[in-house]
Amino acid sequence: MEAKQYIGEGWKHAILIIGAIVVMLPFYMMVSMSLKSQQEIQSISGGLIGAQETQTFPVCVKTGYSEETCTMKPYQYNYWFAFEKAPIPRYLMNGVIVTLSIFIIQVLVALPCAYALAKLRFYGREFVFSMVLFCLLIPVHGIALPLYVMLAQAGLVDTYSALILPWTISVFGIFLMRQFFMTVPDELIDAARMDGMGEYAIVWKVMLPTAIPALLAFAIFSVVAHWNDYFWPRMVITGNRDLFTPPLGIREFRGGIDSDEFGPMMASIVTVTVPLIVAFIIAQKRFIEGITLTGMK
Amino acid sequence: MGTISLKNISKSFGSTQVLNNLNVDINDGEFLTLVGPSGCGKSTLLRIIAGLEQQTSGDVLIDNKNVNRVRASERDLAMVFQSYALYPHLTVRRNLETPLRLRDYNAFERLPLIGNFSPSKKEKTESINQLVNKTSDTLKISELLDRKPGQLSGGQRQRVALGRAMVREPVAFLMDEPLSNLDAALRVHMRSELSELHNSLKTTFVYVTHDQAEALTMSSRMAVMIDGNLLQLDTPQEVYDNPSSLSVAQFVGSPKINIFKGTSDSSGTVSFLNVNLKRKSSESNTDLHIGIRPEHLEITNESNENTFSGTVAYRENLGSDIFFHINIEDGSNKIIVRGLPQFTHQISNGSSVNIKRVSDKALLFNQAGMRVQFTNA
Repeated sequence: MEAKQYIGEGWKHAILIIGAIVVMLPFYMMVSMSLKSQQEIQSISGGLIGAQETQTFPVCVKTGYSEETCTMKPYQYNYWFAFEKAPIPRYLMNGVIVTLSIFIIQVLVALPCAYALAKLRFYGREFVFSMVLFCLLIPVHGIALPLYVMLAQAGLVDTYSALILPWTISVFGIFLMRQFFMTVPDELIDAARMDGMGEYAIVWKVMLPTAIPALLAFAIFSVVAHWNDYFWPRMVITGNRDLFTPPLGIREFRGGIDSDEFGPMMASIVTVTVPLIVAFIIAQKRFIEGITLTGMK
Repeated sequence: MGTISLKNISKSFGSTQVLNNLNVDINDGEFLTLVGPSGCGKSTLLRIIAGLEQQTSGDVLIDNKNVNRVRASERDLAMVFQSYALYPHLTVRRNLETPLRLRDYNAFERLPLIGNFSPSKKEKTESINQLVNKTSDTLKISELLDRKPGQLSGGQRQRVALGRAMVREPVAFLMDEPLSNLDAALRVHMRSELSELHNSLKTTFVYVTHDQAEALTMSSRMAVMIDGNLLQLDTPQEVYDNPSSLSVAQFVGSPKINIFKGTSDSSGTVSFLNVNLKRKSSESNTDLHIGIRPEHLEITNESNENTFSGTVAYRENLGSDIFFHINIEDGSNKIIVRGLPQFTHQISNGSSVNIKRVSDKALLFNQAGMRVQFTNA
């Protein structure tokens, strides 16, 4: 390779690295602040992890713990106090319950719909599909109020159902899977029919396994969107702290009598973000492997 | 048993008529080929037999039972597809097992995990394993059982697709151009294997192809379809020697049959170019098409009232035969003549040659393309 090419490659990488830094910087701040003491955060000193001097934390004492319990290193304090102040495991569990339920029901609905729209011939199919496309254009916030009123009428406010039900039919999922199913050869479906499978068996035993890459893409989209969603839980969970999802939980650290304490706040945010990042890394590997349709031709 | 009867089958997609009132009786144990140019409706007909497509009108009978309302999965037919259509996410073994699992296990036994508690499942699993092993032995794919279809070559996938059709021991096999994705050498090899398989299984085969060579080599009877019509249904030799119409004659045989413009006079005597056939047609005083196959023409040194002449335009050497593409003198059309290499190797492009015909081999067709018989001498 010639020197010129190296320079060309170098430019590309330089630009990409700058982009990566811009994206990573808030994460760096988040992790760094979750490890440092309040003074270091406010004076913007101490680098990544701060001096980690053992000290007594006044907010902790004010909350009612003994001075002895409140004396420790900043990183210990931040994470310990985050978990003390709010039931973070409970919030995480709520997050898991809600996002998983949403995703599973979305798949249960979207796959048969997508299969019908892609592979079955029936009267009005094109119309139904155009309605799916139309629904893609409706912004969630536009229908939030009517949805809330309906849930309130049904007495479902402050329940898991309120968090899950409105999201169970994902037109985006239907659209995405339909586009993928269009690429699956008809002969494979005919072969399954000749082997004796019914239409539902075809959806779950033939289409689902071939659609794993598309499904993972959809999973990332769905799980991230609903794990991070603040708007909808804020609307339908009005008082019951037991139903708080992680973003609602983080809000507990905002301001209030004990003033803004950034350390524990950032510690709770790290705790909430890490599961997503881990899940994404695992999914990414499978995503690239995928199951190809090379067996077809 | 495996007889299939098609009675007055018609099929149209919207306003396009694809199949036109077809009647076919397929005997038990027969190797029947549906052959025709692409778009003639042969695959549609096969899919109607399979139950994957619903005919617009007419009846399908399998073993004398009307199956119009029976779903594809319950007709007990197996199908081999052009693209093989193996399940890409399953191993070869699971691909072979799938039709058996669906047939033998009941709904409860098919459930993951809990299904294993069914008392009869173990026995069924054993019989499935035996059938899979037997089939993979027959097709020599035992060593491939743990691979995925993506890791197999075209020929191996072809065998697996055959295996998946065979395990179930269906009443008939339906094959939709199964060899067209293979390379030329493998295709010829698989032809003989399929014939052998048919001989040993003694099951009905219905085979769709656009390749007349496959139809001629493998089938016990072949059905020639063109534009949704069944033109002729007979043994390959009979179709070749005695085509019922001009289209059949032109479709079957490679290289194509030569067609000359000819006439019959008032007595019915047929002549073309300067050649008099000295035989009489049943239709007198009319223009006729005269078909003569390349192997029934010879290049000769003679020049008399039975020969005509032309110029060699192109010489196609196949080793065993040489086909001469010849422009005949009146310039009306180009014909193909077969020559044996030992007699004709010195003839090159551009040389002018005399051609004589082998007597008694000409075929007559009228203006509508239908076969016209000779009256005796």
